[in-house]
Amino acid sequence: MTAARATATILGKELRLEFRARELLTITVVFALVIVVLFSFAFDPTAGESRRYGPGLLWIAFLFAGSLMLNPSFAREQSNQTLDALRMAPISPFAILAGKMLANLIFLAIAEIILVPVFAVLYNISLAGVVGRLALVLLLGTVGLVVTGTVFSAVASHARMRELLLPLLLLPLLAPLLTAAVEATAALFAEQPALDRAWLAFLAGFDIVFLTAAWLLSDYLLEE
Amino acid sequence: MPHATLGISFDGVEKRFGSFLALRGVTLAIAPGEFVALLGANGAGKTTLLRIAAKLSTPTKGTVSLFGGSAGIHPDERASASRGALAPALSSDAAKSAIGMVAHNTLLYDELTAAENLNFFARLYALENPRVHDALAAAGLASRSASLVRTFSRGMRQRLAIARALLHSPRMLLLDEPAAGLDRQGLVWLGDTLARLRDQGVTVIMSTHARNESLDLATRAVSLADGRVQRDSGSGGDPRPLLTELRAEA
Repeated sequence: MTAARATATILGKELRLEFRARELLTITVVFALVIVVLFSFAFDPTAGESRRYGPGLLWIAFLFAGSLMLNPSFAREQSNQTLDALRMAPISPFAILAGKMLANLIFLAIAEIILVPVFAVLYNISLAGVVGRLALVLLLGTVGLVVTGTVFSAVASHARMRELLLPLLLLPLLAPLLTAAVEATAALFAEQPALDRAWLAFLAGFDIVFLTAAWLLSDYLLEE
Repeated sequence: MPHATLGISFDGVEKRFGSFLALRGVTLAIAPGEFVALLGANGAGKTTLLRIAAKLSTPTKGTVSLFGGSAGIHPDERASASRGALAPALSSDAAKSAIGMVAHNTLLYDELTAAENLNFFARLYALENPRVHDALAAAGLASRSASLVRTFSRGMRQRLAIARALLHSPRMLLLDEPAAGLDRQGLVWLGDTLARLRDQGVTVIMSTHARNESLDLATRAVSLADGRVQRDSGSGGDPRPLLTELRAEA
């Protein structure tokens, strides 16, 4: 079986499970909305402050929501040891990771599509004219978050305190990604919106490096 | 005509979990087509050995080799047998395609229906004609094919787990306490299924307790104790005396 077909099969299963249970997506969206709304009430930012601090708040909301959402990605394969069944199938281990990464990317993208307009209204930030460029920044940042998060979800799934372990492993590693994503987003929210190609290149590089590492290490990541 | 099947040999296999040594130098060669009853007390190392055979776990020490062959060929003869059309060692994907496993857990998704579970695994094994409905009917689950697995009883889950393990027609079947949770009717179905597989030349390694009725199908009995092979009726030998002894001890 080709890796692409195996990836598509895993993706289909993940989507079916999530859209049937609607647990992860609901919790993630509500959690991210609560963070954005609470920050808005706590700081009551002016337009200038919103442009300055808004991107950071937005990405912290994505990061926390992402770490919450990514944790069950592999943990829920533990209840009936279904990961063993996946590992026994004649498919590339990377296909298992890739299927889950794509599913997580879709879930987080849905959360972002809901969250960004709410954020724009609460923080009085105009998205007119920057939607396409913002989508590119969000995509590159979210891919990095999802790739590393899915990998560490696999690593942490065997641990006893996996709910605590994942954020502890993930958040420090994502600090460079967070910086790049915040800076790139801030450039778009400025009075003269611009696409910061240097930070964009950094995000793309981060994605490529961690995706390659996941591919190379996939055999070991899913081992017992 | 012999069926192309699969044999396995464990050579000095050790498995350590932290400070606990679960397997202590297991050396065992299982010929293609053998039906091996693996017996032993809890913690003897049966599950660990099966997980290593399924490539789910890596030995700390020693080697495990899977080899193609024909039913009835002893492992010692495998070198000469495999020089012909049969490969001496299988690629990782070929080995995975050739092995089926029924584990302690069901390896099923509770939030998928019975049919969705089997269709999912059929796609992973790239089965062109998976006959999911036939598999469900054989397991007595045809009327519940559209029900979520979480609504199933323990026995129904076990039947579906066995159906899943057999879906890709494995050449080697690893069974870890397959009778767990099965009612009288389920046990009869399991016995009939295993008898058919044995007659087809499928290699079966079944970990179980000494009172399991399916033990009568075994062509070989091996008992483990403290991570070691304690007694072995041998390849081609009569397992009944050893099984009688083990039943008396149980």
